[in-house]
Parts: sequence; C-alpha cells; structure tokens
Amino acid sequence: MADIAFLLLIFFLVTTTIANDKGILLMLPPPDDEQEELDIDIHQRNIFKILANSKDQLLVEDEPFRESPSKLKEEVKKFILNFGNPTQEGVEIYNSFPPELKRYVNANGRRRVSSDDPTNLKAVVSFKANRGTSYELYIEVLDAVNAAYNEVYGARVGLTADEFLALDKRDESQKAVYDLARAGIPRAISIAKPD
Amino acid sequence: MSGHKFKKKAKSNPDIPTAALPDIIFMLLFFFMVTTVMREQTIMVMQKLPKATQLTKIERKSLVSHIYMGKPTEAFVPVFGTEPRIQTNDVFISKEDIARFVNNEKDKLDEVERDQIVMSLKVDIDVKMGIITDVQEELRNANARKLLYSAPKNVDTE
Repeated sequence: MADIAFLLLIFFLVTTTIANDKGILLMLPPPDDEQEELDIDIHQRNIFKILANSKDQLLVEDEPFRESPSKLKEEVKKFILNFGNPTQEGVEIYNSFPPELKRYVNANGRRRVSSDDPTNLKAVVSFKANRGTSYELYIEVLDAVNAAYNEVYGARVGLTADEFLALDKRDESQKAVYDLARAGIPRAISIAKPD
Repeated sequence: MSGHKFKKKAKSNPDIPTAALPDIIFMLLFFFMVTTVMREQTIMVMQKLPKATQLTKIERKSLVSHIYMGKPTEAFVPVFGTEPRIQTNDVFISKEDIARFVNNEKDKLDEVERDQIVMSLKVDIDVKMGIITDVQEELRNANARKLLYSAPKNVDTE
C-alpha cells in the first residue's frame, strides 16, 4: 500500500510546477483616440525622463546614466518626494507624512527645479525605450521605478517596500493601510511609445 | 567511590515508529495531487525570464492569460527560424491575431469580469522591445490593458 502511495507521490512531485503568476503590473493607457489631452500642461520640471537606446544605454534627465538600478531608484524617489512648489493638496500630503519621511523631504525635496509635489500630474516618470532595447533592461528600469514608488508608499505607513507589496487587498484592515499609503500619490509611470 | 560501577544508561529503542508513515505519505500525496496543474501546452519558445524585485501576485488565477515570447526552441528552429515569436496556447501567432486571442480569452470569463482580464507576458530576456511594443499596442486596442510582466523574484539584491 505504502509503496503505491510512494510511487504516486513521486509522480506528482516530479510533475508539479507550482504555478507562479507573479510579476510587475502595468496598466496600459486607453486606445489612441481617447488620450489626446494627456500631454498638455505638464511642465518639464514635473517629468522625470528616462530614455533607453538600442545599445542598452540610459539617458536619465538628459544625462548619461551608468550606475546601478538602485541608484536610479534613489533618483526617482527624490523626484517623487520633491516639494518644489507644492499646491494646497501637496501641502496636505506633506503634513500627513510620518516624521522620518518629513525629514527625508526636508533634506532632499526642496529643489525648485524638480517636481512641484507628488500629486496628480505634478510628478510623472516617463520611460521611453527604443525598439532595439532589450527586454532585460526594460524590466530592470521598470522595476527600479516601481521600487521607488513602493518605498514611498511603504514609508508613509511605516513599512518597507516588500511589506507594502505583501499587503493583502482582500483583507479589510490591510486594504485600509494600502489605501492610506496610496492616497494622493498616483503611480504616475508613463511608458512612451518607442521609436 | 571505587566500588561503584559505571552504570550504562538503559538502552533506548532506536527504531522510529513507522505506524504513521503511510498516513504521512498519503497526506503529502494528496497535497501534491491537489496542487498539481498539468501543463496543457508545450512552450515552444525560449523562456529565460528577467528577474525583478517589485512583484505583485495575481490572486485570481482565472483572470490570467499568458502570452509567450522568445526565440523558438531548438526543435522548432528549422521550421520557424531564430527570430522571436509570439506563442499563445499551443501555436505561434502573428501580432494581428492577438486581438482574436484576447477575445477568445475574454469569452471564457463571466461578463462582469471581462474588463479585469490580466495578460501575463512571459518574455525571454533576449527579446527586443520592438515586438513587445507591437504586442502591447494590439492589447491596448483590444482593451486588455492590464499587463503583468511575469518575472521570478530576484533574491540577491545588489
């Protein structure tokens, strides 16, 4: 009896692939005809530009970028958390930050040449790849930008980026934390159509 | 002191009780039987996925449809060449067929859930962005706008 069970067990052990539907989520913009009004009225300083060419070289804010993805993450984070010229809404968001995040903003986020505040369309990360850019680099950059956002969201509620990602939105109390972390700061990642 | 002999400890029985063994084996067996999903399709393209850290897990598996992209694997090179290809279900398709594929997948879902469909892109790291962009453009027009760039967790950060 146990032999047969063993045999079956080994069979299932070998054939099992634990399905892993994990990955980086991205929402595509609506089809072309509906999105004309998008690129109006966003000031240059409110756009963080990342460009990739077909040789997998990066141009970040018009400067060649040769450092690690984690450095890119820091740059993006500084950009999101910049309060150069905050609106009323931006001030409210700043006031809702925990002390540590306020300190971070006061140390890094008062540059008038960078984004106004993190609210809607005041801080947009734009990423434009080339048709020859490798998928590997594309994911690396996308991952770094998402990491920056997740760290900001996490920091607002006293979590790390990983803990923020692990929040279960089906659970009511965790969903509340998630909503609190996301409130007012949209994940504004714009994927431009490559050349 | 001297007259006292060292007394050996009573020898404990070294046998592990095996009475419960079949139960344990059966438990494991049932676990694997339940979790196993039989691969219903052979993947005909290279699949070396990029690693990432900021991963989201899709809770509802039924909403996920997969699109595979990569160079054809060795067995298919004589027929399909070495240029990256798009595979859905069991066949290679051209990018014009993606809209049809999306509609087929949407038909499998309940009407209320059709907008929530998630397209999981399983793309080999050697694929260039050109073909991926074309696919995304098709998905956008087919109104399947939620993408998941499938990637395993990158454990060694830095």
